[in-house]
Amino acid sequence: MSETSLDAAHRVKMYRRMVLCRRFEERVYYLFLEGRLPGTIHQSQGQEATAVGICSALEAKDMITSTHRPHSHAVARGVSVDGLMAELFAKATGCCRAKGGSMHVGDADAGMLPAIAIVGGGIPLAAGYALAFQYLNQPNIVACFFGDGAANIGTFHEALNMAAIWDLPVVFVCENNKYAASTAVEKVMKIKHVSDRAAAYGIPGATVDGNDVEAVYGSMIRAAARARQGQGPTLLELETYRFAGHSRSDPGHYRTPEEVAAWKGRDPIALYEANLSAQRILDRDKITAIAAEIEDQLDRAIGRAEQAESPRPEDCLTDVFVN
Amino acid sequence: MSLSTEAGAVRPRVGEVTMVEALREALREEMRRDHRVILLGEDIGIEGGFGGAFTVTLGLSEEFGHRRVIDTPISEAAIAGLAAGAALGGLRPVADVQYGDFLFLAMDQLANHAAKLRYMSGGKLAVPMVFRAPVGATTRGSQHGQSLEAFFMHVPGLKVACPSNPYDGKGLLKTAIRDDNPVLFFEHKLLYGSKGARKEKSGFQVTAMVPEDEYLIPFGQAKVLRSGQDVTVVANLLMVHKSMEAVGILEKQGIDAEVIDVRTLVPFDWETVFYSVRKTGRLMIVEEDNLTGGWGAEVVARVAESCMGYLDAPIRRVAAPDTPVPFAPVMENFYIPSVERIVAVARDLLA
Repeated sequence: MSETSLDAAHRVKMYRRMVLCRRFEERVYYLFLEGRLPGTIHQSQGQEATAVGICSALEAKDMITSTHRPHSHAVARGVSVDGLMAELFAKATGCCRAKGGSMHVGDADAGMLPAIAIVGGGIPLAAGYALAFQYLNQPNIVACFFGDGAANIGTFHEALNMAAIWDLPVVFVCENNKYAASTAVEKVMKIKHVSDRAAAYGIPGATVDGNDVEAVYGSMIRAAARARQGQGPTLLELETYRFAGHSRSDPGHYRTPEEVAAWKGRDPIALYEANLSAQRILDRDKITAIAAEIEDQLDRAIGRAEQAESPRPEDCLTDVFVN
Repeated sequence: MSLSTEAGAVRPRVGEVTMVEALREALREEMRRDHRVILLGEDIGIEGGFGGAFTVTLGLSEEFGHRRVIDTPISEAAIAGLAAGAALGGLRPVADVQYGDFLFLAMDQLANHAAKLRYMSGGKLAVPMVFRAPVGATTRGSQHGQSLEAFFMHVPGLKVACPSNPYDGKGLLKTAIRDDNPVLFFEHKLLYGSKGARKEKSGFQVTAMVPEDEYLIPFGQAKVLRSGQDVTVVANLLMVHKSMEAVGILEKQGIDAEVIDVRTLVPFDWETVFYSVRKTGRLMIVEEDNLTGGWGAEVVARVAESCMGYLDAPIRRVAAPDTPVPFAPVMENFYIPSVERIVAVARDLLA
C-alpha cells in the first residue's frame, strides 16, 4: 500500500499487535484445553489483519463494537491484556469484573464496548453510539465489527439504512471469514460480495483483502476520514479466514483441507512479516525479540489472572441497575 | 366536526389536562432542561403529521427541531438499538413505538442489549433511555391491543412504569427520563384523552390537575387511591379506573375496599401491598394482560411468601383470558376485565 503514509515504527507496531493477537489466542487455546478457563471461546487466529488494520486507524476516543469472536478486536484496540486474561479466567480483576466472559470482553474506557454476542445485535448500537458522537459534535467515529453471517439479519438492514440517511459517523466492518459457523457464505447469500449491499443504502462499499493489514488500514483510513467529515458511513467487507473452528467444540469438517491450507498459506502475520523483512523494517533478531516480549507479557498476564481473586458469589447480584 | 372544535378550544395553562398533554409537557420540560434528551420514533415530528400515533409529540419538533425530534424509518429494532447506543454514548433518548405490540420487533435490543450492557460491563456502563409504548385493547384486534408489561418485568435491568392518570404520567415520565437505567414506559390508549384527530372514541375521560411547577414521582411508590378495610384491590393503567368504579358499587353494597395503583412494576412497591393485605386479609389483582404469567401472578407469589398468615381468603386475579385480543366489540368486552367481573370477584372474596 503506497497511499498510506505508514512509517517504519507504525508498521512494526501493527506487526507486533498482530502477533500479540495471535499469541493471545494460542495461549488461550491451550489454557482452555488444560481446563483452566471456564465457558466457551470463539477464536480468531487468521483474522489479525482485520482487527489490527481497523483499530490502527482509530483515535483514542473512537469506539468499536465487536462480536462473539472478540479477543483480537480487544487486543488490537488496546484493551489491557491483563484485564482480558483475567476476564477469561473469571476473576474479579477482569475487564468486565467477570460478568462478561469471553463473548463480552471490552472496556469502554479503552474504546471498546462490551462485545455483543447476538449476531448482528451490535450494529444498531454502533449506529446509536455514532448518533451520540454526531449530536454532541464530537469528532469521533464508531467502527462496528460483524461477520458475514450478520449481514443477513434484519438489524443490518435497519441500522445501515438509518446510519446512511443521517450520515452517522460509523464504519461498518464486515469480517467475511467465509462461514457463518459451519454455513458457507455462498449458501446463504445470492450476491458475490457483502459490500454490494452498500449501494442499497446509498453509501460507499468496498471489498478488501482482509489478510493484508495495510490494505485494511488504508481502506479504514479513507472510511474513517469520510465519517469524521460528516459524509456518513461506509461498508467495508474484509475477506479473511479463521484458522480455528467456529468455537471450541468445532473441528471444522465442513471445510476442505485444501481450502484451509490455501488460506494458511496466506497467513496475515506471515505475509506481513515477509513484507516488512523484505523492506528491511524487520529482521530475524527483531522478530525474535518481539516474540519474546509478547510471551513475557502473556506469561505475566496469565500469572496475574491465576493469582487474582475470584468474584464473591453474591457479586452476581450487583450492577443490574444504576442505583 | 366536533373534534376540530375541541382541538381548537382554549385551555387554561393551569387546570385539568389529559394524559397526552401531561406526557407532552413532561417531554417538553425535560428537553428544555437537558439538551441530551432527544426523541426517536415513527411519525413523531413530521410537519402536518400526527405527533406520533397518539399525538403525544405534537408540536415538539417545531420547538426543538428535527435534530432532537428524530423521525425514523419503520425499523423498531434499530430504533431501540440506536436509542441504547446513543444512551451509551451520553444522550438520554426517549424512543417510542406506535403500538406496544411492535416492541416484539425490538425485543432483542431491549432485552439482550439495553437491559444487560451495564451488567456485562461489570457496572461500568449505563443505558439511560426511555421506551414509550401504548398498550391496551381498543377494538384493533390481536396485534394492536396487547398489554405487554409482564414481558419486560421479567427482564432484569429494565424498569417498568405504567401510569393511570395525567398527574402520574407527567411525574413518572420526567423521572424515567432522568433515570440512568432503561425504562419501559407503558401508556394505555384509552387513557390518553387526546385532543386531536386520534382521540379514542371509547376513551375514559381522565383528566387531572397537573401542576405547572416542577415535580417528579419516584419509581417504586404505589399510590393508595382509596383506603378500605375489607379487601385490597391492586391494579394498573386502565384497570385502576375500572377498579375504582367497581369499588364505588361495592361501597353501596357495604364492602369497604382498598385500591392500590402500582404505578411502577419495576421497581415494585411490595411494602405498600403487603401492608394493605395484612390489614384487609384479602387480595385481588386486576390486570388487562392475559392471566398466565401476568404481573399479577408475581404479586400473588410475593404475597403468598410474605403475608400468607394474614390471608382470610384465597388470592384472586381478574385478568384477560389466555387468548389473543379479539376484535369484535362484544368479544373484546368479554375479554377485558369489566367492572362487573371485578365486583363479582370482590363479593366472592367477602362471601
